[in-house]
Amino acid sequence: MLRVTSPHTHSARSTGQLMRLVVFATLPGVVAMTLAFGWGSLFNVALASVSAMVFEAAIMRLRGRPALFYLRDCSALVTGVLLGLALPPYCPWWLVVTGSGVSIILAKQLYGGMGYNPFNPAMVGYVVLLISFPVEMTQWAAPASVLPESQSLVGLAEGLKQIFAGVPVDGYTGATPLDVLKQNSGQTMAGLYNSDPTLQAGMLAGAGWEWVNIGFLLGGLFLLYQRVFTWHAPVAMLTALGLTSALFYSSGSDSLGSPIFHLLSGATMFGAFFILTDPVSSAVSTRGRLVYGALIGILLFVMRGWSNYPDAVAFAVLLANFAAPFIDYYTLPRTYGHQKARRATEKEEH
Amino acid sequence: MSDAVDYGAIGKSGLWTNNPALVQLLGLCPLLAVTGTVVNAMGLGLATLLVVTSSNIIVSLIRKGVSDAVRLPAFVMIIAALTTCIELLMRAFTYELYTILGIFIPLIVTNCAILGRADAFASKNSVLPSAADGLTMGLGFMLVLLAVGAIRELLGNGTLFDGMHLLFGEGARDWVWRPFPAYPGFLVAVLPPGAFIVTGFLIALKNSIDTRLKQREAARQTKPVKGSKRVRTTGNIS
Repeated sequence: MLRVTSPHTHSARSTGQLMRLVVFATLPGVVAMTLAFGWGSLFNVALASVSAMVFEAAIMRLRGRPALFYLRDCSALVTGVLLGLALPPYCPWWLVVTGSGVSIILAKQLYGGMGYNPFNPAMVGYVVLLISFPVEMTQWAAPASVLPESQSLVGLAEGLKQIFAGVPVDGYTGATPLDVLKQNSGQTMAGLYNSDPTLQAGMLAGAGWEWVNIGFLLGGLFLLYQRVFTWHAPVAMLTALGLTSALFYSSGSDSLGSPIFHLLSGATMFGAFFILTDPVSSAVSTRGRLVYGALIGILLFVMRGWSNYPDAVAFAVLLANFAAPFIDYYTLPRTYGHQKARRATEKEEH
Repeated sequence: MSDAVDYGAIGKSGLWTNNPALVQLLGLCPLLAVTGTVVNAMGLGLATLLVVTSSNIIVSLIRKGVSDAVRLPAFVMIIAALTTCIELLMRAFTYELYTILGIFIPLIVTNCAILGRADAFASKNSVLPSAADGLTMGLGFMLVLLAVGAIRELLGNGTLFDGMHLLFGEGARDWVWRPFPAYPGFLVAVLPPGAFIVTGFLIALKNSIDTRLKQREAARQTKPVKGSKRVRTTGNIS
């Protein structure tokens, strides 16, 4: 049996090396999340990666393929890490395991495995969890700098009790800046920044969250420097998000948030550099990636502003994944020597 | 028309080899839309079963009097009339279930599985085989509805047979079974994506069972090649 997997590109790096590089690049973001919310995210990442690899190995055995060979390309590990980072810290263990099961089995292997999945597996897992378990999925930990004097971050023992036995920890959750903006009833932007503890304790977009986003931005820039992906999709997304939020910006009580607020809150940077750049489910041509990224940026702002969900990176990415083949069709590059780009549906000239 | 009608084959075709939901993939709209719970699935399954059986009987009775050119409108009229009867019956006896199933009761008219049976079988066969065909096709459809409904209800709500009193009267109110009392409910299973996923898995299950059966049959039927000699082995065979 020929032991190679797609993508069949010629590169100095194997798929496994590339995927491991992506995992390393999440480190600054992971550190920022751990400093802000405690060890919950680390635990999520560990549990999600282990369970994702177990699911991958099990399906590979079912399909009669060499499990170890496919585990070594680390794509399941990356899916697990990304899903673990997206889930709220200290959520119950079965939530994480269900999510990674949906990601690997439904979103990846049922479509044919590595290289064939039309949707980003981690985001499918996240969305299935979000619509199935809205209560568990919307309890995000409050950042350390906002907790009252007497309270520290969730300890190891009580956290484990909550994760495995369902014994709730008192008062560790808090509204994220995006929640605050969504539930804003009549306060101006300046009023929100003065009254909400998270926004008050932060510099630009809420304590903890801005650093998490800066962490993922740093990791993304490292990957860009390593040429793991091209700049087109992330830059297009961030530009589109910034421009739309600037276009609709008002400082009044009906504000949808300033550009800097949107760029540094929620999953913006995580999505821009770690989700959009998935080589399998995104558009492939250079122009296509610009359109794809811009589409996600605009969709993200629209959904943050007017939908029922405070953050919507996963929904925006999945919708754009739907559109990716369509975008590719219309943004095909012109091959050297041809007058214009030839589309897949056109007949060959003789 | 030969006298010997193979009712076994008709039954097998409706329930398994040519199952309307799993093989012909007809009637997917009600299959996906109302199978959130067992009781909904059973209500719609029974209604469809009644319509397909009686429409097969009537179509078979009038098959010689209807010309080919107008057969489809005629069949649709018959099915529509029968569906209206069922709808009125449900409104009289199971009103609550009728309001839950809503538009999907009148939409039985458009279920291609029913028109398909009328055109493909009842218009070419006599009454009894047509009735048997309608009954087994309806049963096959209803069993798939029930399976999808049971899986989705169990996964999505953690219950089974919830609300059976809508169909079987007050005595059935406590039929509800909760295997895991603290189950949080996997909401996506009762939402539309769950219907697609569960139906897909059922089709995959049927196909894999068929493949297994075929392999076993093939293995049973292979005869030893003539002239082949067994390798002589000496010593212990463990």
